[in-house]
Amino acid sequence: MITDIIVIIAAALLVGVYVSWRAGRIDRLHARTRLARAGLDVALLRRSSVALELASSGLLDPATSLLLAGAAHDVRENPERDLAESDLTRALRAAFSQPDFRASLKGKDGADELLAEVEAASHQVFLARKFYNDAVSATRDARRRPLARLLRLSGNAELPEYFEMDDSLLADS
Amino acid sequence: MKIGIVCPYSWDVPGGVQSHIRDLAEALIEAGHEVSVISPADDDTPLPPYVVPAGRAVPVPYNGSVARLSFGFLSASRIRRWIREGGFDLLHVHEPAAPSLSLLACWVATGPIVATVHTATPRSRAMVAASAALRTALEKINGRIAVSEAARTTLVEHIGGDAVLIPNGVATRRFRKADPLPGWPGAGGAIGFLGRMDEPRKGLQVLLRAFEKLGAERPGLRVLVAGPGDAEEALHRVPAALRDRVVVLGAIRDEDKASVLHSVDVFCSPNTGGESFGIVTAEAMAAGAPIVASDIEAFQQVLRGGMAGELFTTGDPDSLADAAGRLLDDAARRDALSAAALAAVARYDWSVVGRDVLSVYETVVLGGAEKVTA
Repeated sequence: MITDIIVIIAAALLVGVYVSWRAGRIDRLHARTRLARAGLDVALLRRSSVALELASSGLLDPATSLLLAGAAHDVRENPERDLAESDLTRALRAAFSQPDFRASLKGKDGADELLAEVEAASHQVFLARKFYNDAVSATRDARRRPLARLLRLSGNAELPEYFEMDDSLLADS
Repeated sequence: MKIGIVCPYSWDVPGGVQSHIRDLAEALIEAGHEVSVISPADDDTPLPPYVVPAGRAVPVPYNGSVARLSFGFLSASRIRRWIREGGFDLLHVHEPAAPSLSLLACWVATGPIVATVHTATPRSRAMVAASAALRTALEKINGRIAVSEAARTTLVEHIGGDAVLIPNGVATRRFRKADPLPGWPGAGGAIGFLGRMDEPRKGLQVLLRAFEKLGAERPGLRVLVAGPGDAEEALHRVPAALRDRVVVLGAIRDEDKASVLHSVDVFCSPNTGGESFGIVTAEAMAAGAPIVASDIEAFQQVLRGGMAGELFTTGDPDSLADAAGRLLDDAARRDALSAAALAAVARYDWSVVGRDVLSVYETVVLGGAEKVTA
């Protein structure tokens, strides 16, 4: 009788430890996702800032400037963030892939630094989005497990969504 | 940044992962970052100042061969102490799925972690990947890097998630200057080859077939072959009259590669496929060797479509003999190719690759990460 009780208590303890460990894991994954999301937001903001800076630098022709400025401005206004960010990518790509784009800016004051900054910021968006989506998929995977669903181990945390956008890097030229 | 790098394999034993970490650490230090590397190592091994020994590694069968690894609670507590004392902004672990220090570091650490996957993981390890301990440790990684497309693919298929592709760098300054081997290249000229002798895709047989023609036309010309593998097998097809002009060094130490590359007039990369980048070719470029290479895609890319080295039709000994012969006859062309190779290889230098790795670090901590704790 006593041993039965001990066994039951021990089993309950074990289950408790296991469940709290699983809950801790899910919690950690949410934290990782939040951090990656914050990083992605910073990266996107930085990219739109340097794009805007390039647009208003006076280095480009007025049409390209207007195109870039419009796209960079849109990402802060448009509620459909993913679409607006993809549009900014396309605008940057269109600007950079003009024939002799780099050659025409060569030697102009501050042009090299600004172009390098735009490229670095675009690359960082690519990295940040990859790491964010990676965190999202690990989190969603852990939340999908039967035990996690049954015991609602993720509590009230929102199910993280993937961030899809066109972030293909500027063409090498 | 203050970066802690974890090496899973013994520092005493030469290996691709160890040299990768050494070159990366030195590139980061040169760029002004603070770097500490923890690695299994014997107590009496001389270590670079940035390496902290984590105790002796134990030889264990792993992944089809014997690897020297560190594991157990003692290693875990050493890692923990190193992290606490280091105050790192970020941890960079290598081969996180190997049962060694990197996995332990993921296990004990909290904070931003970047991981680099080097090898294509064999399928059997997928089972291990499913185990809770490994999964928990790997889930903590904030950003992953793969050094090759193959490594990335296995990661995606077996462990899940994605990785950024950043290929290995070339430590160009290690190859820039070296004394040639005594008596080389010699008055009659010399062609060099570096790679496994008994691996058909490395293409030694194509070079030796071309040498039948080249050697007959040029009485003083020699071939210098360095690399592991069975020499008999490779050489028995060379005509007896030419055989003593094919000099086989066998496997050589990493430090001696530069000397070999500086011992020849023309370096040949006759690979018939299977190269994703061609690190040996890039190292030869860093030594300023005039290169003839097969026109596989990897070489077209690294040699800038023939601007930094002659390309010949893959697998065709006649085409190779023509290209090499032209180069051997034209010293001015060799000098021009040497200069072009040195310029072209600069973009694969660790200083450039190190910047790519650094942008991964910066992205991982971009959202406002805390320091690494344990």
